[in-house]
Amino acid sequence: MAEREYSESTDRIVATEPVEIRRYATHTRINHWFTAILIVLLILSGFALFHPSLFFLTALFGGGQAARFIHPIFGVVACISFLLLFLQLWKLNLMRREDITWARNINEMLAGNEEKLPELGKYNFGQKVVFWGMFWLLLAMVVSGVMIWQQFFPSLVSIEVRRWAVAIHALSAVLSVLIIIVHVYASLWTRGTLRAMVGGRVSGGWAWKHHRKWLREVARRQDTPPAE
Amino acid sequence: MSTPAPAPTTAVSNPSVDPLTPNLSDAAIMRASATPNLPEPTQQMEKVAKLIDISKCIGCKACQSACAEWNETSPEIGICDGTYTNPPDLSSEMYTLMKFSEWENPDSGNLEWLIRKDGCMHCEDPGCLKACPAPGAIVQYTNGIVDFVSDKCIGCGYCISGCPFDIPRMSPTRNVVSKCTLCSDRVAVGQGPACAKACPTQAIVFGTKDDMMAHAETRVDDLKSRGYDRAGIYDPQGVGGTHVFYVLQHADKPELYSDLPADPKISEVVEGWKGPAKAVGLAAIGLAAVGTVLHSIFGKPNTVSAEDQSEAEELVDAELGAEGQQREEV
Ligand code: HEM
Ligand code: SF4
Ligand code: SF4
Repeated sequence: MAEREYSESTDRIVATEPVEIRRYATHTRINHWFTAILIVLLILSGFALFHPSLFFLTALFGGGQAARFIHPIFGVVACISFLLLFLQLWKLNLMRREDITWARNINEMLAGNEEKLPELGKYNFGQKVVFWGMFWLLLAMVVSGVMIWQQFFPSLVSIEVRRWAVAIHALSAVLSVLIIIVHVYASLWTRGTLRAMVGGRVSGGWAWKHHRKWLREVARRQDTPPAE
Repeated sequence: MSTPAPAPTTAVSNPSVDPLTPNLSDAAIMRASATPNLPEPTQQMEKVAKLIDISKCIGCKACQSACAEWNETSPEIGICDGTYTNPPDLSSEMYTLMKFSEWENPDSGNLEWLIRKDGCMHCEDPGCLKACPAPGAIVQYTNGIVDFVSDKCIGCGYCISGCPFDIPRMSPTRNVVSKCTLCSDRVAVGQGPACAKACPTQAIVFGTKDDMMAHAETRVDDLKSRGYDRAGIYDPQGVGGTHVFYVLQHADKPELYSDLPADPKISEVVEGWKGPAKAVGLAAIGLAAVGTVLHSIFGKPNTVSAEDQSEAEELVDAELGAEGQQREEV
C-alpha cells in the first residue's frame, strides 16, 4: 500500500457509479457530533453568564446555579472529546506550502474560480484555520476555565490571575463562536460537504473540485474496486 | 406594622420596641447586578457609614462575636497561628475579622499593635456588583449599603474577582457568597450594626456619612495633637469612597494594617472584561451570523458541476484499472 500523505487510512472509494468516497469513519462522525453538541451546550450555558441579556438561557439548564454548575463539567467532557478528534486529524491539518498560495488567492475561491487555486489534500486553509483555532481556543478555555472554577478549585490561583483568566475565557469564547459560525457556514455554503460528516461519504465531483490531491491519493492507494 | 422605621443615626441608643415597618425596600435599590435598566429608585435615603477608629480599638473582638451572634453564623473553631487573629481569614461564616499586626515604628522605636477590623467596605462603586452576572444578586441601596441576595446568587465567584478588598467568601456547602451586610436588616428597622452596638470603646461608630466624617475629622485632629502626625481618614476615592471607613494612626501607610490597599480601585482587567467589550463581542457574533444569512440568500452557493463528477469518474477508473466496469456518462 502506498504512503499516505493526504488521507486517513479509513478513507476509500466506496462506490464507482457514481464515484463516492468515504471521508469520515463512523467513530469519527460520532466523535465530531458529540463534541459539537457539547460545545453548543457550553455556548448556551456560558453565554448565559456573559451578558445580562442572555441570562434567561440559564433556564434551559434548570436555573442559574445549575447552569453555573454544569458548564465547566460540559467543558471538561468537550475537551476530552475534542482531544480524541484532534489526535485523529491533526496531521492532515498541518499547514503546507499550497495552503499559503490558496489563502493569498482566497478571492478566487469566493468568486467561484476554484480551478485557479492549487490542488489540495484532505483539508484547505480555511478548514485548517478552524481546526487550529478551535484547538488553541479550547486549550485557553480549559486552562482559564479551571482557574475560575469556584466550586472545585476555589484557591487554585490568586485573585489577580483569576481576573485575567475570566477575561481570557470570555474573549476566547467569543472568538470560538465566530470560528464556529465560519465553520458551520462554510460546510453549508460548500454544497456536498455536510454529508461528509453525516453519512460519512462525499461525491467524487466534490472531492475532485475541493480536495483533488486527496482524491488522487485515495484512488492510488486503493487496488481493489469497491465491493458493491 | 405601622410607621416605617426611621433611618438610624447611631448604633448606641436603644431601639424603639414598637413594631415598625422596615425602611429598606426595593424602591431604595440604586444599583443591581446585571440589571442595566433598573428603574430609578423612588426612595432616596441619607448615606450611612460605619467609622472604625483603629486608634481606639483594644482588640477585644466584641464586634466579631456580635457579628457571628447577630448573623447566626458559626465559624469553625480554628487553630492558633501565633497571632490573635482567629479564625485565620474571613469566611462564609465570619463576616468580620480582627486582624492583628505588629509593627516596629522606626521613628519612635515602639512596637505598635495595629488591629484592623476587616470586612466589606460597602464601596460607593462596588466591584463585586460590577462583576456579578446574576441579575439582582448584588444590590446597592440609596443609603450606600451593598448587599448580597443569596436567593439570586448562582455561586460563580465573579464577585470575588471584582472586589478590590478580597471580601466575598463562597460557602462551600450552600454555593452562595456572603459578606458583611452592614446589618442591613437592623438598619432597616432603625438600629445600628451589631458590631458598633457591641464595641465597648466606641472605636466603631455608626451614623450618616456626613456625621461620621465630621467625627472622624475630630478624631484625626486629636491624634495629631498627640503626636500622630500622619493620622488620617481612609475613605478611598478610587472606589468612590466607602460606607465603612477608617481612622488610621498611620494614614500614609495603610498597608501596615494587614495589607489594607493604599489606592484600591476596581481592577482594569475587570473593567475591561465587564465594560463595552462585552457589547462589542456580542455585536461581532451578531454581525457574523447576519452576514452568513445574507450571504446564503444573496450569494451563489459553491456547487459541484457535472464536469467535476465526470473528471472524478475518469480519475478513479484510471487508478482502479477500470476492471470491466463500464460507466454511462453522468
Ligand atoms: C473547556 C473547558 C471549560 C471550562 C472548564 C469552563 C469553565 C468555566 C467557568 C468555571 C466559568 C464561570 C462560570 C461557571 O462556573 O460556570 C465559565 C464561564 C464562561 N464560559 Fe466556560 N468553560 C469551558 C469551556 C467553554 C467554552 C467551550 C465556551 C464557549 C465557546 C465557554 C464559554 C463561557 C462563557 C461565555 C462564560 C462566561 C464568561 C463571562 O461571564 O464573561 N466556556 N466557564
Ligand atoms: S457568586 Fe453570587 S453574588 Fe458573587 S458574582 Fe456570582 S452570582 Fe453574583
Ligand atoms: S468591599 Fe468588596 S464586597 Fe464590599 S462592596 Fe466593596 S467590592 Fe463589594
